[in-house]
Amino acid sequence: MSIFEDITAVQNIIYIVASILFISGIKMLGKEDTAVKGNFLSAFAMFIAVLATIIFIVDPIVLLGGILLGAIIGSTIALKVKMTSIPEMVALFNGFGGLATFLIAWSEYNSIPDNYFQYLLVMVTIYIGGVTFTGSLIAYGKLSEKLKVAKTSIITKIFTTIFYGSILFLIFSILLPFMPAIGFNFFTVLLVITLLGGIGFVLPIGGGDMPVVISLLNSFSGIAAAFAGLLLLNNVLIVAGSLVGASGLILTVIMAKAMNRSINNILFVGYASASKGSSSEEQGEVSPINVADAFLILESASSVLIIPGYGMAVAQAQHVVRELGELLEENGTEVKYGIHPVAGRMPGHMNVLLAEANVPYDVLAEPDDVNPIMDSVDVAVVIGANDVVNPSATEEPGSPIYGMPIIEVHNAKTVFVLKRSMSSGFAGVQNPLFFKQNTRMLFGDAKESIGGLVSEFKD
Amino acid sequence: MEIYALLGFVLILSIYLGLELISKVPSTLHTPLMSGANAISGIALVGALVLSTDSNLQSAIAFLAVLFASINVFGGYLVTNRMLKMFKKK
Repeated sequence: MSIFEDITAVQNIIYIVASILFISGIKMLGKEDTAVKGNFLSAFAMFIAVLATIIFIVDPIVLLGGILLGAIIGSTIALKVKMTSIPEMVALFNGFGGLATFLIAWSEYNSIPDNYFQYLLVMVTIYIGGVTFTGSLIAYGKLSEKLKVAKTSIITKIFTTIFYGSILFLIFSILLPFMPAIGFNFFTVLLVITLLGGIGFVLPIGGGDMPVVISLLNSFSGIAAAFAGLLLLNNVLIVAGSLVGASGLILTVIMAKAMNRSINNILFVGYASASKGSSSEEQGEVSPINVADAFLILESASSVLIIPGYGMAVAQAQHVVRELGELLEENGTEVKYGIHPVAGRMPGHMNVLLAEANVPYDVLAEPDDVNPIMDSVDVAVVIGANDVVNPSATEEPGSPIYGMPIIEVHNAKTVFVLKRSMSSGFAGVQNPLFFKQNTRMLFGDAKESIGGLVSEFKD
Repeated sequence: MEIYALLGFVLILSIYLGLELISKVPSTLHTPLMSGANAISGIALVGALVLSTDSNLQSAIAFLAVLFASINVFGGYLVTNRMLKMFKKK
């Protein structure tokens, strides 16, 4: 007996050390200079926590095999994947974490909970873990463009209904011990409806809202782990899970603020039912421009601001964009990048793409930094971004996106908009920027257009 | 029940600590923070390792939980590291 007590004592001390390392690690991860170290620290914390757990297991061979297999699969995916596929990879790994907590809670249910509080924890952990799992898989499908289901399609409607049904069934399951015995295996139904409900949770959410959903699912996986920690009476699970839950929550709020929408509106309403305000009447003629003329204007510009959006990711144009930026700098032009927090499909998507193309992060500026100096910018080059530069957000109180913080490119001396066609952005709102006097539209594939500018500079 | 009150206290404090620690994060680090936090949520591995294995079903559940949590841990940390290595100052 005393040996057992010693074991738990040693384990608990190591868990406390690991918790402290996780806390420092995630703190360091939030600052540019210490981020790499922070990640190492948290990985080390994970290592000692797992080690402290596994050395006290009587027959760990099978479990070690599971870890090894997971290590091989996880490392292969992480090292082989192209940097441009990072958003969907993060979603996928997040889903696996959710699945693990779902399985933990399932196993605890089979071991028969001792008291009602444990039973309650099992139900809630199953639900959050399960929704995180299938929800993340759907997010993975959407981000990798393997899954294309319209918000209005009947499949989406069916799954959305199942999602609401799954919430009701969760409540039913939680209250079950207080009700007369029922004649069916409710637990199997709960497992299945939870997994289907996760699909219905994410399926109706549009591509432009993905940054919010991804952050939220990230937060869920942490909360599920923390609940699993309560269930297993394990403090390191509680601390680490809570930290993840908090960081996911912060990102969710940042993303929602950057869209000036409530989380409720993003998840359950969407842009479609936002009030259709007075459609702008200033739509008139757009002024197209060709590559040769655009080059002449850029060549004589002394400051250029590049605003990338999801279109740059689709066209894989980040490398030619970096090349253009360098050529402009050689030409004596000051080049900056204006990055909107929700540009792209996940938090920080543009930053990752530009980093992959070797753009240093200190030339990337946030909207608050560039907006005050916008009138001194000679040319603002908008590459496949739409709603994040839509002046309706500041000028038209009736617009669905009114109030959303934008990059105010319309205040620059000249604006180039690189775009495939005149279609509207994810919000489905017409963009008056395209019709402004100082705007020139450069139609075509972003990669080809920028490539054309690059070769003009080289000639 | 007292143990739950105590652990619930740890839970609330940790969430509060997390919110305080990460409230101001530069947008450059949004993705790495998310991905790094995601790797930390693989701590479920510690829970998966102590699950009961007293039936075939329970053993299978425990094995799968260990497997998927490990993928989360290894994949998450490596992808985060790879991403952070790309971020360079001028």
